[in-house]
Amino acid sequence: MIAIALMIAYACFGLGLLFCLWRIAFGPTLSDRILALDTMVINLIALLVLYGIWKGTAVYFEASMLIAMVGFVSTVAYCRFVLRGDIIE
Amino acid sequence: MSGIVEILISVFIVLGGVFGLVGSFGLVKLGNTIQRLHGPTKATTLGIGCALIASMLYFFSSKGSVSFHELLITLFLFLTAPISANFIAKAYIVRNIERHELPASGGEYGWSVYDDPPALNQEKENEGARPGSIT
Repeated sequence: MIAIALMIAYACFGLGLLFCLWRIAFGPTLSDRILALDTMVINLIALLVLYGIWKGTAVYFEASMLIAMVGFVSTVAYCRFVLRGDIIE
Repeated sequence: MSGIVEILISVFIVLGGVFGLVGSFGLVKLGNTIQRLHGPTKATTLGIGCALIASMLYFFSSKGSVSFHELLITLFLFLTAPISANFIAKAYIVRNIERHELPASGGEYGWSVYDDPPALNQEKENEGARPGSIT
């Protein structure tokens, strides 16, 4: 039963990743693309957590934690660059 | 693993997937950037919260011990989502909205995107008023 639920959730988050890719490709403004990249990172973390349930190991939590941190820092760095033309003033 | 716990875990996993899909679909469907900001910041964060609850229940029922990694990830994501949303909105305002199009801030000074806080302005004035200073 958990296996079927995991398959459904994989499909949902995979489709979500495709939607984000569409927004990155056709997004009219720069902020749209940053937002889509941020969403992509969140979807990826969800996929990693679900894969951890599938395999039954807790190894993937460290990986998803690292990806969460890198994703947040890169979003802030990108926005800061757009705002001020520089990341660290 | 008992049947009820298994059903509960499956429900949380599917719920997480549906919320994640709704959030990402909002990114495609909604009209402009500020509206689009709502989908990922609320729905997708909720979806990943559901997935992490499911993971927590699963490892609690299979190993018998509570793991706090999920709580850590949830806390981090819930703390950082509004901050990144605020930054993205600021970037949008700077690039796409003219200064005179913005509504009044209602305070003593303008929006932080364009105006410095009053303390900084006063500092600048003091420096400018000092005799012999190079500005």
